Amino acid sequence: MAFREYKIGARMFGLALGGSMCITLLLPAFDFASVSSTDVALDKAFTAGHETAFNLEDPFLLGWNKPLKITLKADPKTGQPMAAKEVYVYQTGTTFPAGILHPRILGKGVEELSVQQGKIGEAQKGAGAVFALAKGSFQGAEISYVENLTATKGWTPAVVMSVAKDEDVSHAGAGKTMFVREGCWWCHTLLPEQTQDWQVFGAPPMLGDFNGESPTAFGSDRKAPDLLHVGSRNSSREWMMLHFFNPRLVQPHSIMPRFDYLWGDKDASGQKIDFDKWRAEYIQYRDGARVTPPEVPAYSKNSEIRYLIDYMMSLK
Amino acid sequence: MLKYLFAKNEDIPEGSSAVYWGFSSIVWFVIGTGLGSFNAAKLAFPDFVTGNEFFAFGHMRQVHVHAVIFGWISMAFGMAMMYITPALGNTKLWSEKLGLWNATLWNVGLSLGLVLLWAGVSSGREYSDFPWVIDLYIALFMAVPLCINVWMTVINRRTQGIYTTNWFFASAVFMVAIVFLTGNLPEFFHLTGLTEAYLTWWFAHNVLGLWITPVAAAIAYYTIPKVTGNPLYSHRIGHLHFWSVVVFYSTPAAHHLMSAPLPEWLKSFASVEGVLILVPAIAFVSNILLTMTGKWHMFVENLEIRFTITGVLMAIPLNMQGGFQQTRAINWYIHGTGWIVAHAHLALLGFSTFLEAAAVYLGLQMILKRKLYSLTLGNIHFWLLLIGFTTYWVSMTIAGLIQGAGKIYEVPYIDVVIAEHPYMIARWLGGTMVFTGNVLWLYNMWMTARQGTVIPVGRMPHELAYER
Repeated sequence: MAFREYKIGARMFGLALGGSMCITLLLPAFDFASVSSTDVALDKAFTAGHETAFNLEDPFLLGWNKPLKITLKADPKTGQPMAAKEVYVYQTGTTFPAGILHPRILGKGVEELSVQQGKIGEAQKGAGAVFALAKGSFQGAEISYVENLTATKGWTPAVVMSVAKDEDVSHAGAGKTMFVREGCWWCHTLLPEQTQDWQVFGAPPMLGDFNGESPTAFGSDRKAPDLLHVGSRNSSREWMMLHFFNPRLVQPHSIMPRFDYLWGDKDASGQKIDFDKWRAEYIQYRDGARVTPPEVPAYSKNSEIRYLIDYMMSLK
Repeated sequence: MLKYLFAKNEDIPEGSSAVYWGFSSIVWFVIGTGLGSFNAAKLAFPDFVTGNEFFAFGHMRQVHVHAVIFGWISMAFGMAMMYITPALGNTKLWSEKLGLWNATLWNVGLSLGLVLLWAGVSSGREYSDFPWVIDLYIALFMAVPLCINVWMTVINRRTQGIYTTNWFFASAVFMVAIVFLTGNLPEFFHLTGLTEAYLTWWFAHNVLGLWITPVAAAIAYYTIPKVTGNPLYSHRIGHLHFWSVVVFYSTPAAHHLMSAPLPEWLKSFASVEGVLILVPAIAFVSNILLTMTGKWHMFVENLEIRFTITGVLMAIPLNMQGGFQQTRAINWYIHGTGWIVAHAHLALLGFSTFLEAAAVYLGLQMILKRKLYSLTLGNIHFWLLLIGFTTYWVSMTIAGLIQGAGKIYEVPYIDVVIAEHPYMIARWLGGTMVFTGNVLWLYNMWMTARQGTVIPVGRMPHELAYER
């Protein structure tokens, strides 16, 4: 490397690549950092928890270390009925989302209100915490912030769980892990496009809709409908159940894979599911030898398919 | 090869590591295209092998992508670097032993990463799907050793200047390590939200732009002059190509997210830079095609030239698509459709694969000093690859245009799926042809090593007549 031109060239190279990284990484970082969370972002981030892809606390993407989203219909302390309120329950040891660990991520306004009024700084992983969205005023504008109900009202995870029935519990955070692990995002995008898509797939996301979400899993190769608002288009858990077990039961032309293996071994009543028998009967049905398709087994309440359907229902 | 892992460096025959990298790459090519063909069959016939998560499309798609990018393409690059870098420096490879270990670490790490992906252990980020542990392994134990070997060979060269190919090799091995370490920052430090989304595509864009495209082009800068005997048409156009790759190819990452809510200035900037990718593209294609002056008969007669020039010609539609499809005027129509899938295969299976295949064909014959076992099989391989790829590309482009029309007119999605079905079958047939060709290639190269006609010292493979 003894030649002068290579010394100049090496410096020019550093300048070119460094300049490129400055423009494409550093400058956008200022923009991204100045974006405040919308309600959508807060709901997504607190529903999904810290991370929904590979991480050391859930290395095999089994839905470990995830919060529960509970629709509270009674005051957990007094037991009195109240207007339905959605809360995010982080039980003991569950990792908090990025916005709690680094409140700066919540963005201007949301950060201040969440820390000062919502007392999110008092949340402790060891004890667990219950969060909910609250409305507050920041510089004259009404915005949502995060309230740590464990600190403000004394609603601990144990107290909240004691009044929650199973139908009030959403495992959407674990369900998003299933969404990532099963590769749903290879065909279904989570990104209605700005130029079209409004009528069928709904409104495209906005700049602040992603704060604290990881991974965003937009998807790039759409071979199937966009799912960002699927829960608004179709809120039937029964339809979802049939469709996941074998999409051809409800849509004969679908090319979606069957996700029957997410049912696990046992159905809702604890019976072992005989997949071979089901498939044999389905083939008879497909070939016209049976009038009705075989019955799809009801999933058990802790099956992976329940988590995934909970996630679908959360995509409003 | 494995017996040399613990030998002294000076006892290892010259070229051993290139042979190891070369055969590894062909095996990964067979595996990767086999998986591709299997996946395509599932898109055409969704109940083909069902009921098991390990054969579910969502578990296999990323294994195909990473087997071809990091197994076939990158190991073929490693092979080319192991023999071309020293040849152009009139020296030996700095360390054959490091090269052998590098290839071993590469095969082990890639196998481990692919098994994890197959099981669903993923970062959920397209192209940087590997969990961060594997990303670190790739950067430190796959990219850095390659970088050291290439750089030390270039530094210890016995020529005065550095030839075009080696500029690209040396800078690309450096840049790919940077891209890996930077693009995976969201995983290392749990960066979230738009930062994560944007860095995913920053990585995906730059691993193509600063690794695959420049190294593939660098290979053509070697094979064409070497086999035809013509000097490179213009060193100075090579300069233009090199510097415009560094400046224009490293900047348009945001154009992959044109319909996402990124800052508008970033999208506009990326879009303009994206069109400027035509500068290195035109420089490269014209430089190579002008180098062929007077030797165009070899395009017909010589297998390596035919592969290389076919790949270079495919760079023309590739860059015309790439330059313009990301502008707002066109992107809104084809974004997220099969058009993009076709374009990605034009880049990796069309342009890049044809250049690397030539480098592996030529390199293995030169190092093993044996002429290709069967020209017929070589020709069949070429045509299966070309016809198979073309079938794939045409069918996916049409499918993409159908999807685009369905998208803008908001046709019920299932009607788009029905309309695409014939093209899904065509894509599967095309992919299967490519896979079949690669199985024949592996056999042909294996037999070349065993039974190919011995090439006398100082002669090129194509100077010998076929005996078979």
